[in-house]
Amino acid sequence: MNVTIGQYYPADSFVHQLDPRVKLLGVTLFIAALFTVNSFAGYAFIAVCMGLAIYATKVPPIFMLRGLRALIFILIFTSALNIFFTAGNTVLVSFWVITITLEGILNAIRMVSRLTMLIVGSSVLTLTTTPIKLTDAIEYVLGPFKRIGVPAHEIAMMMSIALRFIPTLLEEIDRIMKAQMARGADFDTGGLIKKAKSLVPLLVPLFISAFRRADELAVAMEARCYRGDINRTKMKVMRLERRDFKALWVMLVFSAAIVLLKIYI
Amino acid sequence: MLHTKLEINNLVFTYNKGASFEKKALDNVNLKIGAGEFMGLIGCTGSGKSTLIQQFNALLKPESGNVLLDGTDIHADKSRLKEVRRKVGLVFQYPEQQLFEETVAKDVAFGPKNLGLPAEEIEERVKWALDMVGLTPEMGEQSPFDLSGGQKRRAAIAGVLAMKPEVLVLDEPAAGLDPVGRDEILMKIREMHKRTGITIILVSHSMEDVARLVERIAVINGGRIVMDDIPAAVFSRAPELEQMGLSAPQAALLAQELQKRGFRLRDGLYTVEDVVAAVAQELSVNKGLNHK
Ligand SMILES: Nc1ncnc2c1ncn2[C@@H]1O[C@H](COP(=O)(O)OP(=O)(O)OP(=O)(O)O)[C@@H](O)[C@H]1O
Ligand SMILES: [Mg+2]
Repeated sequence: MNVTIGQYYPADSFVHQLDPRVKLLGVTLFIAALFTVNSFAGYAFIAVCMGLAIYATKVPPIFMLRGLRALIFILIFTSALNIFFTAGNTVLVSFWVITITLEGILNAIRMVSRLTMLIVGSSVLTLTTTPIKLTDAIEYVLGPFKRIGVPAHEIAMMMSIALRFIPTLLEEIDRIMKAQMARGADFDTGGLIKKAKSLVPLLVPLFISAFRRADELAVAMEARCYRGDINRTKMKVMRLERRDFKALWVMLVFSAAIVLLKIYI
Repeated sequence: MLHTKLEINNLVFTYNKGASFEKKALDNVNLKIGAGEFMGLIGCTGSGKSTLIQQFNALLKPESGNVLLDGTDIHADKSRLKEVRRKVGLVFQYPEQQLFEETVAKDVAFGPKNLGLPAEEIEERVKWALDMVGLTPEMGEQSPFDLSGGQKRRAAIAGVLAMKPEVLVLDEPAAGLDPVGRDEILMKIREMHKRTGITIILVSHSMEDVARLVERIAVINGGRIVMDDIPAAVFSRAPELEQMGLSAPQAALLAQELQKRGFRLRDGLYTVEDVVAAVAQELSVNKGLNHK
């Protein structure tokens, strides 16, 4: 079975080395900017910034676009919706019940570029940050909410455990599928219902083993006196370096530019 | 000589071919297995045993070389794949982890059902398979998850047997069982071979288990078959086995050591019973001499 897990693309770049919290902040600003601007100049500016960021990651751009593949249907659907159902004055085409207006087309372009940039931009984060670092950053961000009862550490822990077990489960699926195929099971042919039925011999053992693993892991953690976040220290302490401050400056300039764009255009 | 049931020719197989982390798991493997033979396939962990047996029923496709079943290439005709998988029954490592039905009997029936057999035939086969592995019909009505570890394993083996394979391949059937469960399973397998005469390939990393059962042993190391002979001959090469992370059965080692120290035992002893008998005989002869 050939499944690449997560999206992390190892490379040695400025962006890869950044503190994950800084990158998380950067992506948040980027998304906020996408929803702030609505002029084409604004989109163009964001696109250029995004292009520079992608260049800095040293990740082949094709990897950034891969995330779009899964969403191609949503993109088409959104643009169709906008083209056909936006009311406007400048009618371009009109026949039967369909009316296409200039506003509709502009809206569609706006929405599609927004969505595309949203996905491509966020993939900059996931492609350059290992899942473990990402969960660390998320735990840090959730930290202040601990006071109001948000189990920040537990959430982060659950995420890392889930990520850790994805490859294990994939291996397990491969093994169980082979074992059932050896008994004549057929996972490939047949209609939808037959295919769904053929999954039972795969899913039941898979769930049983997942629960067993979860149970074993819980026992192992308890046996080592694991108890959530009380007085835990980190093996890799996150510390802001020079390059992180540089990145923060860039983000500040970017935000200022977005605000100016919003006001004057 | 028996006619050749399964023949593996110059087989090479690589996992993740082309990726930076590709791994050559089988390297030019040649093997011939005669009909009705009971063969042991032995190798240390990671030597390629499981990879090799998945080639036997076309779950994996060789990179080069071929696998012949009754003289025909198993990959020659895709529509015959199911037929190949019926003829070569493969019991995976820890097969009890694939049980999924509500009752043992239903689970055992899964294979025959996939073959599209009539209901009466399926029922008959389930009964037969359960009997073969030593489970009672009452156990057949239980949930597989209520059985003991050894019973679960036997239920899973029955699930493959019910397809009436001509070649039965068992991957570490005794792994992880207590000594009693271990002996039970292995004895059942031996009995099965005697009663039905099917070809059996028993995979293990324990010589001890295999020694008492098989007629021939193939040793695999680093994806290559390095020995292929009768057990006595394989065990006589104890130092080589040790280098591969394996060891000859303790009884064989004991006999070899005693020989070195002057006991006159015949070569090629490897079961506890034979060694005990031979040593007892030697001692009684010696005693007689000493008294003179
Ligand atoms: N699905 C897989 N993907 C990549 N490499 C694999 C895969 N399965 C096995 N390997 C590699 O192929 C080699 C042979 O593995 P194999 O499972 O055949 O060994 P084995 O002799 O059955 O060992 P064990 O006694 O532990 O079951 C090992 O080095 C293993 O790491
Ligand atoms: Mg194995």
